[in-house]
Amino acid sequence: MGHSNWPEWIYVAVVIALLVYVGAEAWNIENLIDHAPEDAEIIKVTAQQWFWSFEHADGTKEIGELHLKKDHAYKFEIHSKDVNHNFNIPEFLVLMDAVPGRINTVWFSPNESGEFDIQCREYCGLIHYNMRAKLFVEGS
Amino acid sequence: MVLTLAKPRPIWQIMFSTHHTDVGLMYLIFSIMALFIGGAMAIAIRVELFAPGAQIIADAMTFNRLFTSHGTTMIFLFLLPSASAVGNYLVPIMVRYKDMAYPKLNAIAFWMIPPAAALVWLGMADFGWYANPPYSVISAPAPAAEMWIFGLKILGISSVLGSINFVVTILKCKHPDMSIGKVPLLAWSFLAASTIAIMAIPTFAAGLLMLLTDRLGATGFFNPLVGGDPIAYQHLFWFTFHPEVYVLVIPAIGMMYEIIPRFSRRPIFSHSSGVFAFVLLSIVAFASWAHHMFATGMSFTEKTVFMVGTLAAVPASAMHVFNFLATMWNGRIKFATPMMWAVGGIALFFSAGAGGVVNTAMPLDFITHDSYWVVGHFHLFVFGTIAFGTIGFFYYLFPYVTRRMYNEKLGVVHFILSMVGASLTFFTQHLLGLYGMPRRVFDYPEIPEWIAMNQIISIGAMIILVGMGIFLVNLIYSSARGKPANMNDPFGLGGKYYYPYSQLNPHHDKAGY
Repeated sequence: MGHSNWPEWIYVAVVIALLVYVGAEAWNIENLIDHAPEDAEIIKVTAQQWFWSFEHADGTKEIGELHLKKDHAYKFEIHSKDVNHNFNIPEFLVLMDAVPGRINTVWFSPNESGEFDIQCREYCGLIHYNMRAKLFVEGS
Repeated sequence: MVLTLAKPRPIWQIMFSTHHTDVGLMYLIFSIMALFIGGAMAIAIRVELFAPGAQIIADAMTFNRLFTSHGTTMIFLFLLPSASAVGNYLVPIMVRYKDMAYPKLNAIAFWMIPPAAALVWLGMADFGWYANPPYSVISAPAPAAEMWIFGLKILGISSVLGSINFVVTILKCKHPDMSIGKVPLLAWSFLAASTIAIMAIPTFAAGLLMLLTDRLGATGFFNPLVGGDPIAYQHLFWFTFHPEVYVLVIPAIGMMYEIIPRFSRRPIFSHSSGVFAFVLLSIVAFASWAHHMFATGMSFTEKTVFMVGTLAAVPASAMHVFNFLATMWNGRIKFATPMMWAVGGIALFFSAGAGGVVNTAMPLDFITHDSYWVVGHFHLFVFGTIAFGTIGFFYYLFPYVTRRMYNEKLGVVHFILSMVGASLTFFTQHLLGLYGMPRRVFDYPEIPEWIAMNQIISIGAMIILVGMGIFLVNLIYSSARGKPANMNDPFGLGGKYYYPYSQLNPHHDKAGY
């Protein structure tokens, strides 16, 4: 009030335009990655203090290790047996909470073969820092 | 009403006083003490993480208790009381009233904090400052958890009482000649922050009670074993504590609004846009709480709503930055210690805000979530912005509180060390997060990049520690032996820009204190 303030309004308009761009771009990308492909193989992930166990679609079970194939889509169905955990494969940017009483899903398709880390990213108590597993991606 | 160590007043006179400057002094001393206790915990954490393997902390349990207490101490026992200290000193003077609206309630609100602090510090809970169930219900050891719950309960009540006092003082006790639009921006910031606190805190107060009865086994609100939903707690928690971020940051911005025009020797660029941005921020503060929870399995729609709500807070924050820069533009700036802290705080505030946009952009949140990126991000806010504004303001208040001047050289060294230390520590934490290191870990595998970055972060923390040591020496030495301040113009800015309150306030004696 009192004096002209137009530079501030131009500045605010630029900020809002940038935010709209970021928001729209984020919406587009999230929309793209939100739904798993139809042919994705389902893997049940169980988190508990303080280790990971996995169950493949054919019933094979693994503890502390997960063997997957390269260039093949996988959908993880994640749940927890005790407290909140977070299933994280940092190399492939896979991240989803494991919450007791809920099943959360996330999917990915490894495009690289080799040995990768799986870790817990949500504080879950005494040995949270060492709640780790290994991911082996076998080349096609 | 002032702390003159040359002629000390008996300590019980200050302790049993209800005068706003005495209560302010107690808030001030308590918050600085909490800063050093919380800081010692941070240093222990950083020394532990300097290298893989156990360094100085014996086990993970102790480490978990330390990071929980560090967070609780810094937020509830340093940042909130330090803002109350500033508000108690200046809000009544700025609205030209003799004291706070309810002086006894004011003293009670302060005296609730030490027992709450004792509960937090003696208990040392281990579930993080956010106490997420089911861990906090089924796994966290008693009695630490109960002590933390009761401590937070008391702190919440204290905070609500203090906020009511600020709101009533500003709205009902301001001088009749002063319209609400003319209330200085520092007082406006307390009005906005207190209103948010009053609206936000009851939700978590309910959540805390539910958590307690869950722990006692009487209920199962958050316990999935009996059909409860742990995510419901996170909603209650963040509905209070996302707005709480604004409760902390808005007074710090208000303090910058006091410092920057004075040391630029120009009036604020736009008082009305500052007010507008405060009001806008206190509304949109309630539109973004669940951006902390994108990874709990929220639907696409929920994530979109909270992303938009979060982005909506950015223009208001950007308006403050514009206002600061436009005020400094063409100003005759004097870079005394308080001004350095304020300007450094603005730079880090901008960086923190930019990082926040990254966090809320949905796909990117799944990269940064619960990693060291987030630790770096919110420390840029709580330390880089809020503590920078507050510490700068402590220097600004120093002659007012003690009638003496702090040592300017030590103040500048403190600022430079903190700026360098904060940049090293918190920007490197962002990078470390992108390399995938999770938060709240006692130990980490021997990944060369992680080790190198952790060492840089720990060195940065040590630099901050040295700066804080200098701060403490400066505070104690200067309040006893510092040069007597020229109370009309302690910073040599040219009289009319400093301490105009004494002329305006008939209730405070003519020397201005």
